[in-house]
Amino acid sequence: MQRSRRDFMKLAGVSALGLSAGTLGFLGQGAQAADALPTATDFAKPITAKQWAMVIDTAKFDDALFKKVITACHAYHNVPEIPGKQEIKWIWTDEFHGAFPTERPAFLADAQEHRKYLLLCNHCANPACVRVCPTKATFKNNEGLVVMDYHRCIGCRYCMAGCPYGARSFNFRDPQDFIKDMNLLYPHRTRGVVEKCTFCVEKLAQGKMPLCVEASGGAMIFGDLADPKSEVRKVLKEKYAIRRNPSAGTEPSVFYIL
Amino acid sequence: MIEKALKGSPRYFGVLMAFLAIMGIGGGFYLVQLNNGLMITGLSRDVSWGFYIAQFTYMVGVAASAVMLVLPYYFHHYKAYSKMIIMGEFLAIAAVIMCLGFIVIDIGQPQRMLNVLINSTPNSVLFWDMVVLNGYLILNVVIGWTSLMAYWKRVSPPAWVKPLVYTSIVWAFSIHTVTAFLYAGLPGRHYWLTAILAARFLSSAFCSGPAILLLMTLLISKVTKFDPGKEAVKTLSTTITYAMCVNVFFFFLEVFTAFYSNMPGHMDPILFLFSGFEGHTYMTPFMWIAALFAITSLILLIPYKWRYNRDVLVPALILLVIGTWIDKGMGLIAAGFTPNPFEKVTEYLPTGPELMIALMIYAVGGFVLTILWKIALEVRAEVEGGL
Repeated sequence: MQRSRRDFMKLAGVSALGLSAGTLGFLGQGAQAADALPTATDFAKPITAKQWAMVIDTAKFDDALFKKVITACHAYHNVPEIPGKQEIKWIWTDEFHGAFPTERPAFLADAQEHRKYLLLCNHCANPACVRVCPTKATFKNNEGLVVMDYHRCIGCRYCMAGCPYGARSFNFRDPQDFIKDMNLLYPHRTRGVVEKCTFCVEKLAQGKMPLCVEASGGAMIFGDLADPKSEVRKVLKEKYAIRRNPSAGTEPSVFYIL
Repeated sequence: MIEKALKGSPRYFGVLMAFLAIMGIGGGFYLVQLNNGLMITGLSRDVSWGFYIAQFTYMVGVAASAVMLVLPYYFHHYKAYSKMIIMGEFLAIAAVIMCLGFIVIDIGQPQRMLNVLINSTPNSVLFWDMVVLNGYLILNVVIGWTSLMAYWKRVSPPAWVKPLVYTSIVWAFSIHTVTAFLYAGLPGRHYWLTAILAARFLSSAFCSGPAILLLMTLLISKVTKFDPGKEAVKTLSTTITYAMCVNVFFFFLEVFTAFYSNMPGHMDPILFLFSGFEGHTYMTPFMWIAALFAITSLILLIPYKWRYNRDVLVPALILLVIGTWIDKGMGLIAAGFTPNPFEKVTEYLPTGPELMIALMIYAVGGFVLTILWKIALEVRAEVEGGL
């Protein structure tokens, strides 16, 4: 399964190489605004891990950085900006009580209380969403990424009920009209499927870091949780970090340094 | 036997036409939903299941309730149910068809529905729910049809029906248990995360389902010559009363656990339902009506002199059905999602189109039930008239 996915990505890269020789003018403005198409060489050196994880240094964030990080993700992945309660979010912010409701500190230190926290899919080691999905449209790959096959998704939204982190969004409507600048390097979703953050599985396959991590300028650290020498493990050894709702038993892979 | 559905009084065809008309109107709204997506519903990122799934849950209970007749009749040879049993089995068929319908209208990509079969995933309870629902449908169709056919031909039912009947008894429990497991195993949904959920589902099913069956049977006995038999009505109403007592008792178990433990996660959904949460009180009037109706129905049903009096029994059953419907068909799903895991409230009330589409499924059930009961009643009239 994973092997064939990678082979397909490679093939897509090779095809893209052929395509990029042309002008792509027929694809319109969007294609030109975006980066160059990935090539086969990009896919030749993927970075791999047993369990990808992220550490977020919450003190390093301000509103500008939040905006930069969220835009980097949402713009590239064609996440629509739908107003109201049927919105789509891959990465977003909330205050302490919303982000860590199970912590329930009575008197929260000012520094932590007046801070916002970056929220995204936790890519849990033991994800409830994967357990409940009736079609394996949500699955965990060999690198601990909880990813989606949008073509398999029947839109039953069981994963939304299952996820204790609200990390999933459903396309209640066709998202196309709510995407300002369509990025033709990445597909947008159809109506009737669930979507979520993928830890940029497509970037890792090209040997690149997730877009939010790149945009964060060091405020987000990314690496292999299973590798003691990895960047995330080094940080976690030095600083106290918490995870969201650990009592749910899902073993989240996103850590927060307070 | 099926030809008996094709001849009938103007009133019979009038009823069918009325159901078809509702299906037509609801179908129009469903086309709108197919074209625009579930955006036409009141659902949201926080409350991702709503009225459709709640109706599905309630109807699974109605389907499972046939066992309250099948069990005494086949296990204990309780002959008083001989006239009612086929009505119960046919009601189960209509109810399961409605369940499947409610699921189909709820999913975002209905054309991919068969993915659940093609990519069958045993770790998903939804897969097992599909298995038990369809299995129960097949069981009831085969058992109901074969025994009615045998009755019509004035022979005893073939021997192979017996094991199927016993299977269907266990199966009836399984459909509502598995449906409860859809909810009960989810982290972060405190109102559902309780070991007694399946038991609550069954107790509520075993009072509300037979109550619906009894109400409709009494209605049928008014408009046709069908008589379920005094004994059957008495026993079934007693079953309903016991099940309702258990149902209310189970609810108080939940209340005790939540409030004596004083754990916010467990208290919040119940507070949301009955007193509002952070100013959101839109569910409280419904829930207090449900509580009032439930208690009143018990007051009317427990004294057997009142229970055996049809003038009291009928309103009591109506109160019971409305009460249990609000509890399961509105409160259960809303409180599962509210407050959400971040202790925030996103209000959910079904929209007009959502209600119309749900009504379409109810009309489908009514249509199927009318035809099935027509066949059953005609067969009975013919056999009894010929004796």
